[in-house]
Amino acid sequence: MDEHNDKNKPDDGRRAGAPLLEARGLTKAFPGVIANDTVSFIIRPGEVHALLGENGAGKSTLVKMMYGLLRPDEGELFWQGRPVQMDKPSTARALGIGMVFQHLSLFEPLSVLENVALAVPGKWNPKALRKRIIEVSTAYGLPLEPDRIVQSMSVGERQRIEVVRCLLQDPQLLILDEPTSVLTPQEADQLFATLDKLSAEGRSILYISHKLHEVRRLCSGATVLREGRVVAHCDPREETPGSLAELMLGTRIAPPSRASTRRTTPRLRVFNVSATSSRAFGFDLKDISFTLHGGEILGIAGIAGNGQNELMKVLTGETKLDHEADAIRVDGAPVAHFGPIHRRLCGMAFVPEERNDHAAALNLALTDNTFLTGFSKLRLTRGGMIRSRRTLEHTKRVVDTYGVRTAGPRADAGSLSGGNLQKFVVGREIMQAPEVLIVAQPTWGVDAGAALAIRQALIDLAATGSAVLIISQDLDEIFAICDRIAVMSEGRLSPPVPVAQATTEEIGLLMGGVHAPTIPPEPEPEQREAAT
Amino acid sequence: MIRLVPRRQRSRAMVWGAPLLAVALTLITGGLTFAIMGKPMGAALFTFFVQPLTSVYGVSELIVKASPLVLIGIGLSLGFRANVWNIGAEGQYTFGAILGGGIAIFFHDSTSPFLLPAMLIAGAVGGMAWAAIPAFLRTRFNANEILVSLMLTYVAVLLLSYLVHGPWRDPDGYNFPESRLFPEAGTMPVLIEGTRVHMGVFFALIAVGVALLLGKGLTGFKLKLVGLAPEAARFAGFSETRIIWFALLAGGGLAGLAGVIEVAGPIGQLIPTISPGYGFTAIIVAFLGRLHPVGVLLAGLVMALTYLGGETAQIEIGVPAAVTGLFQGFLLFYLLACDVLIRYRVHILIGKAAR
Repeated sequence: MDEHNDKNKPDDGRRAGAPLLEARGLTKAFPGVIANDTVSFIIRPGEVHALLGENGAGKSTLVKMMYGLLRPDEGELFWQGRPVQMDKPSTARALGIGMVFQHLSLFEPLSVLENVALAVPGKWNPKALRKRIIEVSTAYGLPLEPDRIVQSMSVGERQRIEVVRCLLQDPQLLILDEPTSVLTPQEADQLFATLDKLSAEGRSILYISHKLHEVRRLCSGATVLREGRVVAHCDPREETPGSLAELMLGTRIAPPSRASTRRTTPRLRVFNVSATSSRAFGFDLKDISFTLHGGEILGIAGIAGNGQNELMKVLTGETKLDHEADAIRVDGAPVAHFGPIHRRLCGMAFVPEERNDHAAALNLALTDNTFLTGFSKLRLTRGGMIRSRRTLEHTKRVVDTYGVRTAGPRADAGSLSGGNLQKFVVGREIMQAPEVLIVAQPTWGVDAGAALAIRQALIDLAATGSAVLIISQDLDEIFAICDRIAVMSEGRLSPPVPVAQATTEEIGLLMGGVHAPTIPPEPEPEQREAAT
Repeated sequence: MIRLVPRRQRSRAMVWGAPLLAVALTLITGGLTFAIMGKPMGAALFTFFVQPLTSVYGVSELIVKASPLVLIGIGLSLGFRANVWNIGAEGQYTFGAILGGGIAIFFHDSTSPFLLPAMLIAGAVGGMAWAAIPAFLRTRFNANEILVSLMLTYVAVLLLSYLVHGPWRDPDGYNFPESRLFPEAGTMPVLIEGTRVHMGVFFALIAVGVALLLGKGLTGFKLKLVGLAPEAARFAGFSETRIIWFALLAGGGLAGLAGVIEVAGPIGQLIPTISPGYGFTAIIVAFLGRLHPVGVLLAGLVMALTYLGGETAQIEIGVPAAVTGLFQGFLLFYLLACDVLIRYRVHILIGKAAR
C-alpha cells in the first residue's frame, strides 16, 4: 500500500504495475460549456480513488464517459493498458465496471430479486439468483432479503440492492456516486467496511463525494476537478479537509462561524400534530410537538422517508389542519388552518427538500420563481397584475446577495446548476426576512462552496432573531450549525436536546428507530405558555 | 444515421418555428396528395390556400369562420396551459347555442335591445354549465376531464337535435328540423354591408386582449405554474381545484359564447348542425398558436382558411369535402411531430461518425 505517496504525479502510478483504468486527455464540450478539458488520471488495481469537485466541476460528465453513457469529444480511455471505446454501458459492464448512481434506479413495486434479475444478463433462474444474492450480500456485509418489495425498504437498504447488483457481475472497478448521502452514520460505516473488503480483494473503487472526511477515511488517491480541469492529484490522507476544500474551490474558505445564541421567545410552536401520510409506505405523523425559539437553529435528523416529507407538508400548509388551528402557532397566532400563502404572510418561509419543480419551477425564469413565494409578502402584484419591474429588482438583489451564478435574473431556473439554484431558493426565502424559516435538506447535492454559503446565511438569519428549523439527513450539517437536535423516526419526533450533549452514536440509534432515548430530554419550561 | 439529441434548454426559436414548419410540411404533403389524386399540384394548392383570399367576400368569410375558432381557442388555451384538457368545447358551444337560442325562440316577437345581450349571457352561462360537469367530476371524484367533456359533446349535440326535431321546431317550417328564425333584436348586427362579418369579431378580439392581460397577471401565472410544475404550485399555495374550475369555466364560457354568436349571427336560427367542428378544430388552433393569445388569433385565421379552401377546392377542382379534415389532420400531426424539436435537436451522422 506504499505506492500511494505520489502526490501531484499521477504517472508515477505506473511503477506499481499497469493501471486498471487510465483516462488520457478526455475532453467533452456541451453547447456553451466545456464540461471536461483534457482530463487525465489513473486508477490502479485495489485503489480507492476519490473524484472531488464542486457541483458543475465536471464529475458527472467524466463518470458518464467512463461508464459509456457519454462519448468523449477527444481523448482516450485505457483499460488494463489497452485502449477501449466505451460506447455503451454494457461495454463498460462487460469490461468489469459497475456503477451505483446517486439517484437509485429501482422498480419500487418489484422485489429485490426481480430488480436484480432485470439487470443481470442471462436466463431467468430465480433459484440460482436468490442463492447468489444471499451469498454476495453476506460475504460483503450487505444484508438483503431477496423477496422483499423495494417500496417497503429504506433508502439505505435500497442502495444495498444496487451495490449487490453490481457485485454480482464481479466488477474490477466499482463507481459510487455520493453513496453516503442517504445513510445513517452506522450504515455509512457498514458501507465503508464493505468497500475496504472489496479493495482488499484487489478491486478498485472510484468514490465520488463532497464529504471530505469520508474521502480522507477511505481513499488512497484523489483527482480534484475544478471547472472541468484537473487541478490536483493527491493523497487525501495527507491532506486536511481544509486543504482539500481549498483545492476544490480554488480559494480558502472559512468554516461557518456563529456566536453563541441567546434563546429568546418561542416563535414557532407545534403541539401534538398527527397526520396521515398520503403516500403508500409513508409514515403517519404521530404526536409531533416542539418549540422553536427566536435566534436558535433546531435540527431534525433522520433517515429519508421517516415522515420528514409529511412533517414538511404540515409545516408549509400544503397539508392544512382545518380543525386544529392551534396545533401550529407562529408568535402566538394559530396558523395550522392556513394554506402556504397565508402562513407566509404570518412570517413563515419554507425551503422544501426537492428544488426541482417543487421549490422552484425549472421551466420558469428566476423572476417568476421569486414571484412564486414572494408575491403576497413582497407585494409583487397590483390589481391582479404582476409588477414585473419590482419582481426583477428583487430577483437581482437575491442573485447579487447570494452570489447566484446565472446568465441573468430572467434565465430559466432549470439552467442553473444544483448548487446555484439552491443558493437562489434559500436566498429568496431569507430575503423575505421571515420570522420562522423552515428548510429541508438545505445543502442536498450541493457543492462545498455553496453549502458553506447557505449554512452561513442560515446562521446569519438566526442571529437577527428569527427562528430556523432544519430538517436534514446530514448529521455533520446539524452538528455544525444547530443549537438543538431532534430525531425523526417512523413518524415520531424525539424530544430536542442541545447539540453539545448529543453524540453521533446516540443520534444514529434514534435514527435507526431505537425509541428509548438514552439522552435525558431537555426540560421545556415554556410548555405551559402554549395557550398564550 | 439520424439521432435526436436532447437540448440543454427548450429552444425558444423552435417554439414558434415548429408551427411554421408544420404548415410548410402540410403544404408539401397536401400538394402530393392532390398530385396522387390526379390534380395539378400547384393549381390545386393555389385553389385551396390562395384563391379564397383573392376576393373581398372570401376575406370576409375567413373572418366569419375565424371568429368562433379564436374565441374557443382562447378559452381552451387557458386550460391547456394548466394541463386541464377540455376536449368538449364542441359540446359547450352547442349547449351555449341551445340556451342562448332558446331565449330568442321564447321571445321571438321581442324587439327589446336587451334580447341580444340576454342571449349572449345565456350562451356563456350555458357553456359554463356544460363545462362545470367535468370540472365537478374531476375535482370531486378525480374523473378524467378529457373523457367526460368529450362524451358530453354528444349529449349536447343530440339534445339540440331533439329540440329542433321536437319541441322547438318552427311551427311554420313545413316540418323541417329547424327552429324559428331569430327576431331582428336577437341577431348579431352585421358590420360590413354585403358580407356576413358581424359583431362576433369584436368578442373574439376582446377575448384575445383579455387573455393577453391575464397572461401578465396572477391568474395567468397560476395557470402556467399548475401546468408546468404542479408541486411548485401547491408549494406556492395555489389551489389546484380552483384552477381546474377556472380553466374549465373560462373555456366553456367562451365556447358557449361562440355558439350563441354563431346561431345569432351567420345561421340565424337553431338547426341540427350548427358547427363544422369548430370546437374540435379549436384544439388545433390552441396548439398551433402555442397557447399564446396572439398565436391563437393567427392560428384561427389559418384554420379558417382550411374550411374555406376545402369548400373552394370542392367546387373548383372537384375533390371531396373530406379534404378539409385531411388538411387539419396533417397540420396537427406535423405540429405534434415538430414540437419534438423544441426539446431535441436533430443530429445527422454521416459515414464514419455514424458507427
